[in-house]
Amino acid sequence: MAGPLANHTGDFLVCDCRKRLASGFTLDARVTLPLTGVTVLFGASGSGKTTLLRLLAGLERPDSGSIVFRGRPWESLAPQQRRAGFLFQDYALFPHLTVAENVAYAAPPATAAGLMEAFGLDDLADRLPHAISGGQQQRTALARALAAGPELLLLDEPLSALDAPTRLRMRYELRRLLLAGGVPSIVVTHDRMEAVALGDTLAVMVEGQIRQFGPVREVFQRPVDRQVAEAVGVENVAPAEIIGREGGLLILQVGGARLECVDSGESGSVVACIHAEDVAVTRDSAQVSSARNRLAGRVLAVIMEGALARVELDCGFPLVAVVTAQSAADLALREGEEVSAVVKATAVHLAGHFDAAHTRPRVE
Amino acid sequence: MDWQAIWLSVRLAVSTTAILLVIGLPIAYWITYSTRRWKFLVEALVALPLVLPPTVLGFYVLLAMGPRSPIGALYARLTGGMLPFSFQGLLLGSVLYSMPFTVQPVAAAFGAVDRRLIEASWCLGVSRLATFRRVIVPLALPGVATGAILTFAHTLGEFGVVLMVGGNIAGVTRTVSISIYDQVQALDYAAAAQTSLFLLLISFVVLAATYGLQRRVWGVWPGR
Repeated sequence: MAGPLANHTGDFLVCDCRKRLASGFTLDARVTLPLTGVTVLFGASGSGKTTLLRLLAGLERPDSGSIVFRGRPWESLAPQQRRAGFLFQDYALFPHLTVAENVAYAAPPATAAGLMEAFGLDDLADRLPHAISGGQQQRTALARALAAGPELLLLDEPLSALDAPTRLRMRYELRRLLLAGGVPSIVVTHDRMEAVALGDTLAVMVEGQIRQFGPVREVFQRPVDRQVAEAVGVENVAPAEIIGREGGLLILQVGGARLECVDSGESGSVVACIHAEDVAVTRDSAQVSSARNRLAGRVLAVIMEGALARVELDCGFPLVAVVTAQSAADLALREGEEVSAVVKATAVHLAGHFDAAHTRPRVE
Repeated sequence: MDWQAIWLSVRLAVSTTAILLVIGLPIAYWITYSTRRWKFLVEALVALPLVLPPTVLGFYVLLAMGPRSPIGALYARLTGGMLPFSFQGLLLGSVLYSMPFTVQPVAAAFGAVDRRLIEASWCLGVSRLATFRRVIVPLALPGVATGAILTFAHTLGEFGVVLMVGGNIAGVTRTVSISIYDQVQALDYAAAAQTSLFLLLISFVVLAATYGLQRRVWGVWPGR
């Protein structure tokens, strides 16, 4: 980027607004989103994602603050003046209009015809929305939104209205269509797999605030605080105390166990985050390995989940491992047995305790 | 049978329905979507003719139309005529009297239109007025039709307001119901029975056609 000024006049959506809902819930959204590719707005139900999306679309007005899109103030514009396409959860196709009439609703006929063809809707042109499948409805809604020539697309849980097999197929299909449409998109979802499949960048919302923003993988790997870690589904989130550092490694006291991890300059009280798939389970306590952390533990439970097994361990603190069902069978894991858990030092990520008083979201 | 009175009643009912479709739809839209705190006052005002005796409504309309009232004076200046005891005066009274029969079904139908469809239209850059015309009215069409039919049938049978505002002038203000009343007063029960039966049949046929049509034609639309 060409200096700080570019952040406000260039290809960015700068949101800094507050809204209090009748329920008492307060949204306080501050984030600068680059207008490229697909941005996923991620969070649990009730974290404020949909409210933020409606604020961006102009369907709600903020109590205070501003929304600046490509250098233009948006907060006092009507939805019609923003040119932000909005895809509703159940697509909101006009039930009295055919597929072709829906797509051409707010578009020049040539544009609509081109999109009908590009989206494979020509065969459905004369059908009414209730007579086509969920996936086809979604394509129709997307074509209708793109036909109006939007500068930004906002999608509210675009896959949640589909049945499970279609949902899986449409994840990649939707990303392909969004990228082919060439319009920057913001997608709201609470599904981790969807977030990974759809997004380039991820903004995590917790309790009405955007707590972390960055490339999808980075946010999932390195959540900034305990609530973000829990939101993005890190299975092991444990309070830890830094009790020493040597040779570029930190020594952590986590419950009754000690862990080593890479020293990135933290100190004092932290939260140790370990993805369950980064925990290996072994029976041989003396085996030599490159992994720094070898923890003696007891199996609390083994839960079979299809091809995978979720192993809950007590290693002085609760630790969850995910191994293949085959490995669980080979190791003959049973409740109450003594095993070892192996965790590489690089798989232990430290996050801060979230403190609402002074922590601002880390915005890249 | 008093064909002159029947023809007058039909003309009055058609005109009232047409006028109420023009002014009733915006009022219904406002009542449905306005968030003003004093909206309930307008709702009560529109519904007033449902409970008010027609004579009371007719009395006030008569006062308001008189040559000494601003409305009556303005009308006299514009047309040189007088509103009381004229077809135009009758029409004004009918419009006020039948207002709730248009506005209430239409407002209910507007309210039943999925809010997200309206928002989707706005987000596609389509103005509020065009959204009203292209999404709200087509989807609320059964309600609009119900309102129109009820207004037509209600005006056809109007009595009290007509008597107060229009009087009983053959060919000008003597409607069917007034004619029946006249016939009974004159002890001409045979004529009264004939006209009454005619009015009963017309009303029933109109209502039956409405409800039948709604089931057949609009029933195929999803979500209704």
